[in-house]
Amino acid sequence: MTVPLLELRGISKWFGAVQALAAVDFECRAGEVVALVGDNGAGKSTLAKIIAGALPADLGEIHFEGQLVAINGPNHAAALRIAVVYQDLALCDNLDVVANLYLGREVTAGGWLYETEMERTAIALLAGLSVSMPNVRAPVVSLSGGQRQSIAIVRATMGNPKLVILDEPTAALGVAQTRQVLDLIHCLRGQGLGIIMICHKLAEVFAISDRIVVLRLGRHVETFHTDQTTTQEVVNAITNARSVESTPALWPRSSSAPGESAR
Amino acid sequence: MTVRDLEPRPVTEQARLGDTLREYGRRLAPGELLNLPVLLGLVLIWGIFQAANDRFLSPVNLTNLMLQIAATGMIAIGVVVVLLIGEIDLSVAQVSGLSAATMAVLSTTGGVPGPLAILIALTLGAAIGLFHGLWITRFGVPSFVVTLAGLLGWLGVQLSVLGRTGTVNLADPAIIGLAGTFLPPIVGWIGAVAVIAVISAAAVLSRRRRAAAGFKPPNTRIFVMRSIVVSLPILGAMAVFNADRGLPLSVAIFVGFVVLFDLLTTRTRFGRHARALGGNSEAARRAGIAVDRIRVLAFVLASTMAAAGGILGASRLLAVNQSSGGSDLLLNVIAAAVIGGTSLFGGRGSAWSALLGTLVIGSIANGMDLLAVSSNVKFMVTGAVLLIATTIDAVARRGRLTAGHA
Repeated sequence: MTVPLLELRGISKWFGAVQALAAVDFECRAGEVVALVGDNGAGKSTLAKIIAGALPADLGEIHFEGQLVAINGPNHAAALRIAVVYQDLALCDNLDVVANLYLGREVTAGGWLYETEMERTAIALLAGLSVSMPNVRAPVVSLSGGQRQSIAIVRATMGNPKLVILDEPTAALGVAQTRQVLDLIHCLRGQGLGIIMICHKLAEVFAISDRIVVLRLGRHVETFHTDQTTTQEVVNAITNARSVESTPALWPRSSSAPGESAR
Repeated sequence: MTVRDLEPRPVTEQARLGDTLREYGRRLAPGELLNLPVLLGLVLIWGIFQAANDRFLSPVNLTNLMLQIAATGMIAIGVVVVLLIGEIDLSVAQVSGLSAATMAVLSTTGGVPGPLAILIALTLGAAIGLFHGLWITRFGVPSFVVTLAGLLGWLGVQLSVLGRTGTVNLADPAIIGLAGTFLPPIVGWIGAVAVIAVISAAAVLSRRRRAAAGFKPPNTRIFVMRSIVVSLPILGAMAVFNADRGLPLSVAIFVGFVVLFDLLTTRTRFGRHARALGGNSEAARRAGIAVDRIRVLAFVLASTMAAAGGILGASRLLAVNQSSGGSDLLLNVIAAAVIGGTSLFGGRGSAWSALLGTLVIGSIANGMDLLAVSSNVKFMVTGAVLLIATTIDAVARRGRLTAGHA
């Protein structure tokens, strides 16, 4: 077994008296898509933010490529080559595709923007990831939701990351556009990136992920291998449903879920 | 008229003439380098005034018009930069007045040589911009409020600087020479040809570079046609100036700064970051852009250009008084930037809108003066033009957005 790309041990996080995460263990390997699922308030976003350096963990260890690391801010995460695509995408609508891809890392020649070079590499980059973009000089505001999401994801890969965290990449998209984005994620996995995807839609989780990690009320309640489970099993794990299909082993682990009283 | 609008775009197949014209038309749409509706509006305004008074389009009057707008235009360039990052500077007119007053007092009562007095006035402008920018970024006070306070405060300083008499007449040849110098025709023609040569060379270079990068350029005929389209206004303007007294130095300075700021805002990292900041400041911050530094720099540029505009204006009027930088100057420079196609909400605009917008406002003022229309009508017409210009822009943009999403 190789060392996981990212390994979390006993991560806990409190917001005041509310425990958002309770001793969560988690791992993601290179070339693997891990779907992070759970109901609202399960702690998915908190966990993602801790990995991205946007929030500090109160307890627990983070190992990256086998090394114990402290991620004390977004810059730290970037230095480890962890990239995040938040739901708001953080694109500049008034700028074109090339400008957005290169924002903050513009290529210059003699002090001037080297547009030809940026455009050429942007087109090559998009083609390499099979993202169809008819006009890379179109302002981002004129693009479809799927194209915008794709641009945001491609932008995240510009720093040559090892791990990409995607926060609900398909939340606002239609069927065809969702397909585009899932194809792109598939492509990134093929390039050996570790991908953590927060997602509400189980159909997409099953379409793309290798493993499914279920959080409930701040606890890591279950991990499924996508090809060895069913939607029903995952739904039960998310909702803690008293269903005949649910495995009895689940119950003891969730009976004393913290935060219950706080809700 | 930078290399940018001559730059061929990647096309997958040989573009047909009609396609390219349409494409070029699209690039001339609102928010791009040249604002087509406003250009048409300008043609309309000129046509109306020429019909009413055939002296309007005479070389003498057109030269006067350019002399009149140079100072306002310089200030408007700075306003464009601040609008691009999504902020506003209400103090520019007053900063122009204060800078001009400082220069005038230094030069006349202080005995400071003209060039040094000009330099000190520009430095004062930059310092005021630095103060505004730092106050806005450090304390998080909206630029509207900080520069509104500046508008009031700097007026007070200006009155103090001018002292009891309230008016300072200028005599220094270097200062007066800014607006009073006309370049000899031969110099103007050489300059025009040189500018066209530089633009063409840059376009050819860019075309070669793109071809080397594997982009197919549009066909040569269209390329040549575009070069001619860019050259004609330059040659035409020069012919008009030379039919009168020659190219005024202040107009050359103004247009030079428009080109400089166009390059700065479209071709440099600062310009890209400023536009990003105006489009989505949070995205710019997350992309690692030092947003506060960009903000401070934008306010420094705005105040410095305001000072430069004040100096040009003083040079033309040969005096600075208590109302320098007052009256409707602030409203005119902001209206000019907006009429020219720069968005009040940030991220969209061009230095050329300073030229185009002041040309529209200046033409209306100039034409009505020729017709001896009273100022009440002048204000109403200028207001109506501002409203119409921005409405056309807003409607056109909405149309484009809907088309883009379809």
